[in-house]
Amino acid sequence: MRQYIPLAISFIGIFGLTSCQDEAPVEKHTQNNILILGNYNEPAGLDHHVVTGVIESQIISSIMEGLCAQHPSKDGYPLPGAAERWEPNEDFSEWTFYLQKDGKWSDGKPVTTEDFLFAYERILHPEFSAKYASMLYYIENAEAFNKGEIKDFSKVGVKAIDSHTLHIKLRASMPFLTELTKHYTWYPIAKHAVLKRGAMTEKYTDWTDPEHYVGNGPFKLTQWRFNHKIEVAKNPHYWDVKTVKLDGIQFLPITDKYTEARMFYNDQMHITERLASEMIEYARKKSPERLREELYLGTDFIRFNVTDEKFKDPKVRHAISLATNRKLLIDKIIKGGEKPATGITPTIGDYKALNIAKHDPEEARKLMEEAGYSDSKKLKFTLTTVDKDAHKTKAEALQDMWEKALPVEVSITQREWKSYQDIMSKLEYETITGGWIGDFPDPTTFLDMWRAGDGNNRTGWANPEYDALLNKAEKAGSPKERIKLLNKAETLFLKDMPAFPVYWATHVYLIRPEVKNWHPLILKNQPYKFVWLEK
Amino acid sequence: MLSVILKRLGQGIVVVFCLLAITFCLIRLMPGDPFTDDKSIPEHILEKNRKDFLLDRPVPVQFAAYVGNLFKGNMGISLKRSRSVSQIIGQSFPASLILGLTSMAVAILIGIPAGIIAALKKNSIIDYGTMIIAMLGISIPTFVIGPLIAGYIATSIPFLKVAGWGDPFDWLLPAITLGAATGAYLARITRGGMLEVINQDYIRTARAKGVSTKDIIIKHSIRGGIIPAIAYVGPAFAMLLTGSFVVETIFQIPGMGQHFVNAAIDRDFPLLQGVVILFGSLIVVANLLSDIVLVLLNPRLRDAN
Repeated sequence: MRQYIPLAISFIGIFGLTSCQDEAPVEKHTQNNILILGNYNEPAGLDHHVVTGVIESQIISSIMEGLCAQHPSKDGYPLPGAAERWEPNEDFSEWTFYLQKDGKWSDGKPVTTEDFLFAYERILHPEFSAKYASMLYYIENAEAFNKGEIKDFSKVGVKAIDSHTLHIKLRASMPFLTELTKHYTWYPIAKHAVLKRGAMTEKYTDWTDPEHYVGNGPFKLTQWRFNHKIEVAKNPHYWDVKTVKLDGIQFLPITDKYTEARMFYNDQMHITERLASEMIEYARKKSPERLREELYLGTDFIRFNVTDEKFKDPKVRHAISLATNRKLLIDKIIKGGEKPATGITPTIGDYKALNIAKHDPEEARKLMEEAGYSDSKKLKFTLTTVDKDAHKTKAEALQDMWEKALPVEVSITQREWKSYQDIMSKLEYETITGGWIGDFPDPTTFLDMWRAGDGNNRTGWANPEYDALLNKAEKAGSPKERIKLLNKAETLFLKDMPAFPVYWATHVYLIRPEVKNWHPLILKNQPYKFVWLEK
Repeated sequence: MLSVILKRLGQGIVVVFCLLAITFCLIRLMPGDPFTDDKSIPEHILEKNRKDFLLDRPVPVQFAAYVGNLFKGNMGISLKRSRSVSQIIGQSFPASLILGLTSMAVAILIGIPAGIIAALKKNSIIDYGTMIIAMLGISIPTFVIGPLIAGYIATSIPFLKVAGWGDPFDWLLPAITLGAATGAYLARITRGGMLEVINQDYIRTARAKGVSTKDIIIKHSIRGGIIPAIAYVGPAFAMLLTGSFVVETIFQIPGMGQHFVNAAIDRDFPLLQGVVILFGSLIVVANLLSDIVLVLLNPRLRDAN
């Protein structure tokens, strides 16, 4: 046995020395000018016509670029992206985009209008059946083409005037189109790269593998190790390469928020994707300069099944909303610095959030009594939520608030994610927790979903007046009038209250001080090309 | 011997096939649609997606098509990850293999010597101490041990990281976490097996003949004493090889374990079927291998079927 001891010591020594020589990963990568980001989970893919999520968006936005690009610190302020400039017509229903003259794909080939037409035809093609095709329904005839009602793509409102001039005709007035073009569903796609690996409508080809991927973003895909990491490196063919400060980015799919925090404090990454609410206090004490709590374009709400007899009376719905102490819930339970929501839509640019939903237990009780309920005749209902501990705690807090303030008896049911979705879509619930993250900074991203029959409505509520107001807003002559009509629609929604807002979401995360030019953005769509690392 | 192995392999194929058929039906009984998401998808797109994956067809038709593709070496496309199941398994299995091998090594290196020592020092403080530690190893779940090890040990030793998968030192803490329970079981089983052997007449005879304690243990006791442990190691090894959701999550390991849980949550039928086939096959092979080792260790089994 003794003869093995020196061998074991030398084995450990060799490994120990090689490891000890290494600096902490984050220091080494800072020196190499590579940013390490937590990115929550393995992406569902990198084909931006296939995916639908935020985690994919955070990677794709580094390797692809839309017509307009995100400003590093201002929301709703478009910068030139694949397009160097653009011109809307008077009522914002037709737009002309002029592509960058020296815009190139990562393989050096020019980015032309053909790539945009190919991209829009592909994502809208009924055979391709992209889940997020509806993001392009704003284009004239796009919906009809996607549903197979029109077979000829040339009838869709997007035309190439020449190789670098793209004309888009919309179904209605859309002053926020520049914001939409920042969304990955509107990005171009390298026609030659896609067709090299399969047909246009073929969904699962290997064109997104690092050896075949071609993008037009500030970075290019270099490595993709499943569930391990994705690496991108500076794209030398990018039209604005001189602005790009980083040499690369690593995206780590860390699903566990506690693991992510441990890795951050162990100097393994620059920025976390999120921070567990229980750790916020610890982070504040340990290194407050590393903690960021920023508003995020999302609203948390409770839906009522208005087709259920118990919730047909708006007074009952209002009473439950009034009995909800949002501030207490945020301060004691959720603890993520969220803001109590007084409307469904948070303030977005010129659209100011409504101040309607509030906490008033006395008024709540009065309304319940008017609806015919009392301590001797209580309303019994179930609150459905997801099978996560945090959701259960939140549901229990709501249960307690409502039972204390109102003559109600609330039971809680937890369902795992897919069943929860199923129950909500089929209206097999009474009340259910929910939320919505906006796709673009415009109030319609929060208001369109409540239209009659919209797949995201999921309350059974329909009000023709509401739909008419939204339709009218689409045709509004000026942005000011549009905002006024949207405001009116939301007031009507909150009067009927098929769902009531609880809080506006925040994005809480950790960031190292060497990361510079990383500003709060409501969609957390950081334009990585402006970020740099201080050595 | 060869005919027995072939027979067992044949039985194994039937077992894996039945396992696949049951899983195939059960996962389709779960509520929820694989394509639904938090944001609704237009019905015509959902229908097309279901059609592309044959989910609009009756289950027997789906099963027949799936088995047909399996024979062609095609395990299908993951519904969630938009890449082939074989590619996902191919990229995840190496990490699980490394983790499985290192945690098995940890379990064997700790469990078997601990069990032997405890048996030899029966009813002593060493025996009680070892068995208490073994009991703790069995009782404390990995989601408690993992973060404790990551939080206290990794942060105080410079070359260890709290999580991540890169150099060989990253294997160590997850292997200890995952191997602890297996090692604890092994210690208890080995102790039992050894106690049974060292009370046998032939051991007493060897002592009477003046054979040294070292030779009694190494030459006469261990071979018989670790037979129960070997029987346990086979399936345990298969379990370790297929990874662990908890350990992989805590230590950020790109392994197989998470696919079992995530594929079920996502209703990712092809991926779940793929990992079930893999897991079933590993169990069959591991059982067969442990049986072969048992035959080699115990000559009396060679004549039995």
